[in-house]
Amino acid sequence: MMRFYVEGIGLLGPGLDSWTASRSVLAGEAAYVHAATNLRASDMLPAAERRRAGVPIKLALAVGQEAFLHAGRATSIAATVFTSSGGDNDNVHAINSILATAPREVSPTRFHNSVHNAAAGYWCIAAKTHEASTSLCAFDASFAAGLLESATQVTVDNAIVALIAYDHGYPEPLRAVRPITDAMGMALILAPQQNAGSLALIEVDFSAGKKEETRMQEPALEALRLGVPAARGLPLLAALAGGKESQITLDYLADSHLHIRVTPC
Amino acid sequence: MQPLVISHLSVANSLGLGSSAILQALREKRTGLIPCAFEDVDLETYISKVAALDSFSVRADLAPYDCRNNRLAQLGLEQDGFAAAIAAAKDKYGAERIGVFLGTSTSGILQTELAYRHLDPQNGALPADFHYAESQNSYSLAGFVTHYLGLHGPSFVVSSACSSSAKVFANAARMMAAGVCDAAVVGGVDSLCLSTLYGFNSLGLVSRLPCRPYDAERDGISVGEGAGFVLLERAAPANSANAMFLLGVGESSDAYHMSTPHPEGLGAKMAMQRALASAGLKASDIDYINLHGTATKSNDASEGKAVADVFGDRVACSSTKGWTGHLLGAAGITEAIISMLAVEHGFVPGSANTQALDPAMTIDYRIENSEANIQRVLSNSFGFGGSNCSLVLGRKA
Repeated sequence: MMRFYVEGIGLLGPGLDSWTASRSVLAGEAAYVHAATNLRASDMLPAAERRRAGVPIKLALAVGQEAFLHAGRATSIAATVFTSSGGDNDNVHAINSILATAPREVSPTRFHNSVHNAAAGYWCIAAKTHEASTSLCAFDASFAAGLLESATQVTVDNAIVALIAYDHGYPEPLRAVRPITDAMGMALILAPQQNAGSLALIEVDFSAGKKEETRMQEPALEALRLGVPAARGLPLLAALAGGKESQITLDYLADSHLHIRVTPC
Repeated sequence: MQPLVISHLSVANSLGLGSSAILQALREKRTGLIPCAFEDVDLETYISKVAALDSFSVRADLAPYDCRNNRLAQLGLEQDGFAAAIAAAKDKYGAERIGVFLGTSTSGILQTELAYRHLDPQNGALPADFHYAESQNSYSLAGFVTHYLGLHGPSFVVSSACSSSAKVFANAARMMAAGVCDAAVVGGVDSLCLSTLYGFNSLGLVSRLPCRPYDAERDGISVGEGAGFVLLERAAPANSANAMFLLGVGESSDAYHMSTPHPEGLGAKMAMQRALASAGLKASDIDYINLHGTATKSNDASEGKAVADVFGDRVACSSTKGWTGHLLGAAGITEAIISMLAVEHGFVPGSANTQALDPAMTIDYRIENSEANIQRVLSNSFGFGGSNCSLVLGRKA
């Protein structure tokens, strides 16, 4: 059992414009209205980098920035765990199209934005952090993998950790074989000790075997949870929004799961 | 950190299949670099290629995973008795108590590159035999390896470019310290594809000659492919005598530029210092450094400064990328394994293709092979996005 505290939350998704704006929706106190994700380039980035930022960088920086502001922490002090099922999916499509026809002129920006850790690289520059940063993928369990990795960093390394999860859709033809319905990101600032700013205690266990996973009550939010790998974290955000002690289960691929207990501070 | 025992390893790359073949190639000074002949790539450069992959496919029950990267993964798992060692570890710990943490930068993207040449002329759809989750997705590698080995513990892929398969050692060490698993398969696989060859070429980072690490005339990398795996276990009296240990890991971020390292090696220096601190060792406890040494102007200049700052000129150093090529997401694990071979056999590998050391370097850079008593090594891996990782491996003090 790993125990740690949530100090800040960031969110950007379809009809979920920020954690602040979405909290009542996730708590079931306000209606959810689906609308295209309001993507914006972060003012954390210098102008040149802002122009080169694809969707994952926009998502990651928006939710990271909101979560750090919420936590009242400086971005430079936290280790970061980025997690995503894909990367810059528009860019992957463009590079594959370019490579399929002559001349194969992949631009330098396209290439360096194609690495899975592009969002992490831009974040570290914008956040001026020299702390450890990792970039994970576990297909549909990418959020669960990120939470598990963050939990070990907080508890073993005694570190402040920012977990930043994001995913967005592919254009065709990849969309047909990997349908991701919306662009969405979420961030959590996690700390080993409780302090005045702590929002909730989280306890996490990894367990073998399949267990019924926690679903979203609202059908459109449940569709979103299933439609975007990063949105598999929505039940955790709903538990944090609800402000009540609760227990949730997140699938970890086919044969294991995370058991999570949320206790508001 | 609590030192962990590296009880088994396996490796496959252009130098050979298995650790003995690779050690022999290094001793006999046989580089794996050849003029580029891969698919229809029209670049004038050198690559390293695993010839055995041309007539190899993955185990029949894992057919949907068939792609160059997973073929190379399986070829790696078949070396050095590794799969049998994992079967024994499963009996000891249980399949759900062994984690799988692997690095790759491009996974099975070659499959997608080739599929885009065969889109349906009517509707633009991908070919029916294209398996996204099992090839292109970054997790494909860990999915394949967990299925191949029959493991059910926590698993994920780290994809932080060229530091990926060094950073997985830190993930495994934390998971084991937190009690999430009792042992871990750690490693990485990257295989040739057009994205990296044309991508690095667009950045002007690909040499037309076999790469020359730390040479005054160095002008870029040689892209290669390879696979490597180790089994990490907790130290116990039964497995500690003369054992090989993961002693420390240090991670840092440059926060400088996406594809150029910090000119003064700031992030590199932090990674090395954190690795020493994590191992509870001093710079003078290290006997050999396996450098990242990509042979680009900027990497070697920045890393050389960082190493000189931390270690001065008293530690033997070399980059082995002149032998193997730059294995990208598999570089960290491959060089960790070469570092462990250095400890085990008292062998300091030299630097292939390096003619004249860059006079700006003030480190003890070794061009020729030599013999020495090597107890502890440091291995550097640095990647795009300013992602740095240093490992300390060897005998316990």
